[in-house]
Amino acid sequence: MNQKKFLFLKSHEWVQFLDETTARIGISDFAQEELGDLVFINLPEVGDEVVAGEEFADVESVKAVSPVYSPVTGTIKAINEDLLDQPELVNSDAYAAWFIEVENIQEKLDLLTEEEYRNQLS
Amino acid sequence: MEKKTPLYESHLQAGGKMVPYAGYLLPVQYETGVIAEHMAVRRTAGLFDVSHMGEVVLRGKDALKNVQRLVTNDCSRMYDGQVKYSPMCNENGGVVDDLLVYRRKEDDYLIVVNAANRHKDVEWIKQHIVGEVEFQDISDELSLLALQGPKAQEILCKLTEEENLPGKNYTFKENILLAGVSCTISRTGYTGEDGFEIFCSNQGVVTVWNALLEAGKYKAHRDHIDKEDFDIIPCGLGARDTLRLEAAMPLYGHEMDDQISPLETGLGFAVKMDKEDFIGKNALLEAGEPKITRVGLSITGRGIARENCLVYIGQTRIGRTTSGTHCPYLSRPLAMALVDIHSSAIGTQVEVEVRGRRIPAEIVALPFYKRAQ
Repeated sequence: MNQKKFLFLKSHEWVQFLDETTARIGISDFAQEELGDLVFINLPEVGDEVVAGEEFADVESVKAVSPVYSPVTGTIKAINEDLLDQPELVNSDAYAAWFIEVENIQEKLDLLTEEEYRNQLS
Repeated sequence: MEKKTPLYESHLQAGGKMVPYAGYLLPVQYETGVIAEHMAVRRTAGLFDVSHMGEVVLRGKDALKNVQRLVTNDCSRMYDGQVKYSPMCNENGGVVDDLLVYRRKEDDYLIVVNAANRHKDVEWIKQHIVGEVEFQDISDELSLLALQGPKAQEILCKLTEEENLPGKNYTFKENILLAGVSCTISRTGYTGEDGFEIFCSNQGVVTVWNALLEAGKYKAHRDHIDKEDFDIIPCGLGARDTLRLEAAMPLYGHEMDDQISPLETGLGFAVKMDKEDFIGKNALLEAGEPKITRVGLSITGRGIARENCLVYIGQTRIGRTTSGTHCPYLSRPLAMALVDIHSSAIGTQVEVEVRGRRIPAEIVALPFYKRAQ
């Protein structure tokens, strides 16, 4: 498995597996483009559980708030604290601006490859 | 099916992200994004297509009498070329709409109303006019641009002489040629900045739009520029909303509606109880001193309050937010709220419930932003 590979949910989250049971999660470039300038990101805390298919964070643009869903079930190992003060990092590079790192992943949703994700956007 | 304004193609060319609003397809933002558009208006200039706004005309011997009965402000001592802001109330003292009255002549008034309320307003006015007055909805024939920002006058002066521009706020001049198109230019706006609103025919508006963008363009004198820079950029509905909110200007459907009186939402300055009768006056008199009032909230905790978040002091609910966002120029989350008048003192510490979570906030003075004079 290509460990750099980004996999996607239709709801525009990406997940990048670092190993079998650890992954980083963020939102796609398409999502940041659609949301516009982000001004606030609400993240959970280290140690919190996330559940596949359930909301774990929200992102706020000037216009609206949108939920962010977890593609996996596991425990939060780290959060990207830079995003708390600089939500615009997501606008400048959505694939570098991970939201959370999850460990002890026991379960994941059906994920789309980058190509599948792109195809269903159009 | 939404209507397109005559500038629809221009918006697409400029990268406008089109959304349905009040029956029209309009740009919520361009490629520049809401924050850059907001900042352009605060620092230089922004150009908005607000052709969706409604315009109606009341003309004839009894025009003033009707205007006076319809609106809460006193239009009896207006002069030709003056603009006046006013709520228009229903019999219960709630707000039908808020609008601008333009006095062209003593017996000839142009009234600019909210796009979302246009058809309701037209019906309302039709039902309530009396005597010798001609009433016309000319919204579909007129386009409207808003040129807003500290450089607005400088930009317009490239297209006409300064003496052709309305010098004072809330005044207007008619039949001014801009790029060969006859325009009505008023010194009004909805951003808290100096600026102008420009009415012209649908046929001429693309010409005026392009001429204003060209007049506001400059090449920055910087070392590294790889593309033309603009003093002026087109701005969308998103920035229009953040700008008006930062300037604490009320919006119909948020800070007021048919259940909220103008006195309850801080528009008492535009309600003249000592003028002769107007629709809603009796209800406002009977209601007496308002029990709620509009306040500003500075969100001191982490989060953004949007509209319809409940506001608390301890376990006591004191009201709800009516609008809220992260304001780009002041660079912090702000909201307006309607709260119990006894809990409305500046400095009061409150909590706002945002998606089930209480966030601390403080009642602050309005407007949040006021331009330097």
